[in-house]
Amino acid sequence: MTEKFEPRIVAFFCNWCTYTAADLAGVSRLKYAPNVSVIRVMCSGRVDPQFVLDAFARGADGVLLGGCHPGDCHYAEGNYKTLRRMRMLERMLKAMGIHDGRFRLEWISGAEGEKVRTVINEMTEKVRALGPLDLPGKTLEWDKELKELEAHVNQSAPKEEAVHAR
Amino acid sequence: MPDKPKVAFYWCASCGGCEEAVVDLAEDILKVVEAVDIVLWPVAMDFKKTDIEARPDKSIVASFINGAVRTSEQEEWVRLLRKKSQVVVSFGACANSGGIPALANQSTTEDIMKYVYEDSPSNDNPAKTRPLTECEDEGRTLTLPSMHGMVRSLDQVIDVEYYLPGCPPTPKLIMAAVQALLTGKLPPVGTVLSPDMALCDECKRKDSKPADLALTEFKRPHQVIIDPEKCLLAQGLVCMGPATRAGCEALCPGGNMPCTGCFGPTSRVKDQGAKFVSSVFSNIAPKEQKEIDAMLDGIPDPIGTFYRYGLSKGLLRRKLN
Repeated sequence: MTEKFEPRIVAFFCNWCTYTAADLAGVSRLKYAPNVSVIRVMCSGRVDPQFVLDAFARGADGVLLGGCHPGDCHYAEGNYKTLRRMRMLERMLKAMGIHDGRFRLEWISGAEGEKVRTVINEMTEKVRALGPLDLPGKTLEWDKELKELEAHVNQSAPKEEAVHAR
Repeated sequence: MPDKPKVAFYWCASCGGCEEAVVDLAEDILKVVEAVDIVLWPVAMDFKKTDIEARPDKSIVASFINGAVRTSEQEEWVRLLRKKSQVVVSFGACANSGGIPALANQSTTEDIMKYVYEDSPSNDNPAKTRPLTECEDEGRTLTLPSMHGMVRSLDQVIDVEYYLPGCPPTPKLIMAAVQALLTGKLPPVGTVLSPDMALCDECKRKDSKPADLALTEFKRPHQVIIDPEKCLLAQGLVCMGPATRAGCEALCPGGNMPCTGCFGPTSRVKDQGAKFVSSVFSNIAPKEQKEIDAMLDGIPDPIGTFYRYGLSKGLLRRKLN
């Protein structure tokens, strides 16, 4: 690769804690790696494991999920649901060969702007070290084997007389 | 004799159960045979590839193709049938989403070849001979199909008009699809020919499904005596009903076994396994990571459990190596 690899990380932050913390990091002028695209969700419990897989399938190199600390959920139970789902999802990602550091779940309260910076910087470095995941590119590569026979089938012209030949 | 509509049946990477399902139409199959001309059906009738190649393009009204696409031969056949057919019906779980064969997407082709021809304990192959796609014998070139790098669903190789879900599709759904084709009352292209709602909706045990499952343990069917009336999830069994399309009339739960998800997801779901995790795992009881992890150990093979019939169509499609 000629260009330097810059990881693309999708972050789902809950409205009440982690997103507020990211705002706090902003107003406190804390600098963190620009590799994260933040998506605000009302609760980390809103994040369906499908969202995480979809992010990877569409080219994310990493996915970060931030919610309120256990016991602090604005909706009482949302982050517990998140924890249970994501513990299972992590096992599935591992089984499918997606390395540990590419997915991270963190509890970050509204007061922890500093933690937003630390987590994002750490994760960016970790994913940078792992290199690109590039699932869209891999899919194109996998499907290359499909093109040859298409041309072959289209070449063979219909031979009417052969129908009753046997 | 007036021209009857021409129909083809073909199989790819499959077990033959879908062919069995056609025979399961019982007396109804006579109505089908009366109404159509079968121009290809390798399991039952002797037609060759040249017969199909000789037909004009689009001269077959419908091709019912079951099985996933794993080899170059299967790919060539389905491309040929696509060219010759007006409608292609993806028939059964393997064609729709890879089915059981797609679990091989957790291994590389090299791993599979090595195990099958070298490491498997029942082998006697000291020279480690493997099949070749091409070899010379007495001046002639012999060829064999090659294995693709991964298992694909039919619609990942050719365009498909309709999908009949199931492992295998039920006679009732097959007959309804055939009738729709014969009468021309066809739904929009891309339709899965089965009700677009979750299996729980037609399960007799539905009323005993609690709003909050609060499970404390996952059990496997051989470890428990299953209550024939109560929701299987509520009994701690992994029943794929909430993330699976209806249409089979809850055959497995009716037979006292949990659903394994063969009908695939509903149209609103992109990834059946992840959706199941979303729905059921949010409802387990433990709150502490340690307790959660201990409970998850009760599912030793998550990919084989949640993607038993659909790894090709999962968002990740295959294991990365």
